[in-house]
Amino acid sequence: MKIGVFVCHCGSNIAGTVDTARVAKAAMEFPEVTFASDTMYACSEPGQDAIVEAIREKGLDGVVVASCTPRMHEPTFRRTVERAGLNRYMFEMANIREHVSWIGKDMEANTNKAIDLTRIAAEKLRRNQPLHPKQFEINKRVLVVGGGVAGIQAALDCADGDREVVLVEKSSTIGGKMAKLDKTFPTVDCSSCILGPKMVDVAQHPKITLYAMSEVEEIGGYVGNFEVKIRKKPAYVNWDLCTGCGLCMEKCPAKKSTDYFNERLGKTTAINIPFPQAIPKKAVIDPDFCRKFTKGKCDVCAKLCPTKAVDFEQQEEFVTEQVGAIVAATGYDVFDISKYGEYGGGRLPDVITSLQYERLLSASGPTGGHVKRPSDGREPKTVVFVQCVGSRDKSVGRPYCSGFCCMYTAKQAILTKDHIPDSDSYVFYMDIRAPGKMYDEFTRRAMEEYGTQYVRGRVSMIYPKGDKYVVRGADTLLGTQVEMEADLVVLAAGAEAAVGAPQLAEKLRISYDTYGFYMESHPKLRPVETNTAGVYLAGACQGPKDIPASVAQGSAAASKVLAMFAKDKLENDPVISMVDINRCIGCGKCIQVCPFGAVKEVDFRGQPKAEVIETVCQGCGICTATCPQGAIQLSHFTDNQILAEVNALCQP
Amino acid sequence: MSALNQNELRIIGFLCNWCSYGGADTAGVGRFSQPTDLRIIRVPCSGRINPLFIGRALLNGADGVLVSGCHPRDCHYAEGNFYARRRLEMFQRLLSTMGIDPKRFEYTWVSASEGQRWQTVVTKFTEQIHELGPAPRFGAFQDQNPVVETKC
Repeated sequence: MKIGVFVCHCGSNIAGTVDTARVAKAAMEFPEVTFASDTMYACSEPGQDAIVEAIREKGLDGVVVASCTPRMHEPTFRRTVERAGLNRYMFEMANIREHVSWIGKDMEANTNKAIDLTRIAAEKLRRNQPLHPKQFEINKRVLVVGGGVAGIQAALDCADGDREVVLVEKSSTIGGKMAKLDKTFPTVDCSSCILGPKMVDVAQHPKITLYAMSEVEEIGGYVGNFEVKIRKKPAYVNWDLCTGCGLCMEKCPAKKSTDYFNERLGKTTAINIPFPQAIPKKAVIDPDFCRKFTKGKCDVCAKLCPTKAVDFEQQEEFVTEQVGAIVAATGYDVFDISKYGEYGGGRLPDVITSLQYERLLSASGPTGGHVKRPSDGREPKTVVFVQCVGSRDKSVGRPYCSGFCCMYTAKQAILTKDHIPDSDSYVFYMDIRAPGKMYDEFTRRAMEEYGTQYVRGRVSMIYPKGDKYVVRGADTLLGTQVEMEADLVVLAAGAEAAVGAPQLAEKLRISYDTYGFYMESHPKLRPVETNTAGVYLAGACQGPKDIPASVAQGSAAASKVLAMFAKDKLENDPVISMVDINRCIGCGKCIQVCPFGAVKEVDFRGQPKAEVIETVCQGCGICTATCPQGAIQLSHFTDNQILAEVNALCQP
Repeated sequence: MSALNQNELRIIGFLCNWCSYGGADTAGVGRFSQPTDLRIIRVPCSGRINPLFIGRALLNGADGVLVSGCHPRDCHYAEGNFYARRRLEMFQRLLSTMGIDPKRFEYTWVSASEGQRWQTVVTKFTEQIHELGPAPRFGAFQDQNPVVETKC
């Protein structure tokens, strides 16, 4: 075998702390290395051309590039060697940037380490085999999980691309958080007026199948061929019959049910349609409050319903859908303000979250759009907004900025003045973060045109005094302590990962960060892909996002899905396990441990043997480590290859 | 160990591609400086790691071996790290019978976003190995047990 080694400078990124020429020189001493050079940028066009030229001129049959992480440029260089006529798997990378030059400044130690890493790459390459992908058919349907604005956008774009879409939403209506908002910044446009038509489009689109009141139970399969089990939760109303007339809501005697849509402000009926624009506009019974469930009697709604849709016996149902791609758009949830005991959230009735305030402002909210204090229904004359409640605060485990709170607080201050012209608004802030088109101008308007008083500082405590609340905090610009009396306090609660997000991630086999937000494939260049092929991200499930960013991501995820569906067949990754039939003793241990069911038992001349289903195998190698015979080997990561790497590093 | 610096010890890392290798990349991108002793071998999943690899490394002169995978329940392959945990936990208990200080081997979980955590893990483990000093050499283990290459 003739191996060529290319050591990249990456400008000064590597060459700054690694003697690349010495690495190349040392590589010439490795077994079977016949060519080695250092190059300015291996990934650049001239850099790649030099590799192609060397392969052709020197007759190389394997290439090692010592440069950045293979997670970055392995596909690039695989294409390069393929261009020169080699099999793309006759290539190895040594990571001498992220794992060497960027983490230490000692030139001598770094160079030695780079030589070692190049050596193990060459040793592995000596044992590489050409691998060839197999083609498989794909199912061109897409599953979108979550019916907020990001999921709606992704679903509509895929459906407009003529693909069948399955949209799963856990609550009884789509719309997500945006449906709860009164207005949107910075245009002060009516939220439900701009979202409503999109929701209707979802309901009417012939390509979209909507499962509301449903959750993803299980996901099996792989890119192009996922099998999804969906759990339809009982609504206790037959939705095929329900017309959404709302007669049941008018007569329901259980009028003290928790109003989840209105963020627990006010009460609603046990059978209810959350809001007038709900899609699907169907009634749902809350069994925690319905008298039929709590007391065993009351059939008011069942008797009244003109279509006899009420069905107290309804059970959960399971449906299975076959799809080829999945878009996760599960959004976010609002930080639990009761974690700040000193602010009295959840304890003091007039200390509310920003989303609750949004419902107070909304004409479809519990007060019909009149801002009233939850405690006594009085119109507040002084409203204090406290920002960064559950954002940028390590003490509650939320060190990140939620991004949109500065903007919605400015919007809410403006709307407060519109609703109650003789009111005063105060905003306690840490910094005003308003990057975006017309965003900063909008916050300036809140201050200059609407007279909102911005106080830079944190609030230390909020306590009741008479029928008012004292907000005590610091004004760090004046360097004084401030106390003001407020009628209503709105806490700008930050965004956190949706409840159940990690559990869904485990079903999707995608990663999530410490806070439960889903990890994208690359933070800059692959923002909507995940590391699991065929699974894409849209909206705030990946991190807090405002509406335009969520919509953009929804469209981006849809375009990725459509691009994938433009092909009729996909190629599998040939890094999969292979069975040596002579060594296999048919014990079946590999079949037991495979998480994907990719190994099956076959009969070979009357003896049981293992066989790998090539398109199902994901290449984890759990079977390889389990096999007592070493008979099943993960190609490209065989025992011999890894041991060769170990031996290259450890010689007694 | 031709290229070994005087002050360094031989530490081998086995990292899963999806979480810990990514975490080590994140640490690099974030310029979280680390001791240079560690040499990383990339494997697809911590469940791919055969204790044989670690044993071979330790018997053949490695002063320490570090294994890192995805956090439990966050495995790219659903359950690979659970198999790894069982295997490695058991293997760690066997080390002393092999005449190897169990402190020379450690396994941990680092996700792709935890660059800073990776820095801490590497720094602490390297310090731990330096406190133990170079591993006693076992002589020519390789000669008594030649590596038989099998065709796979």
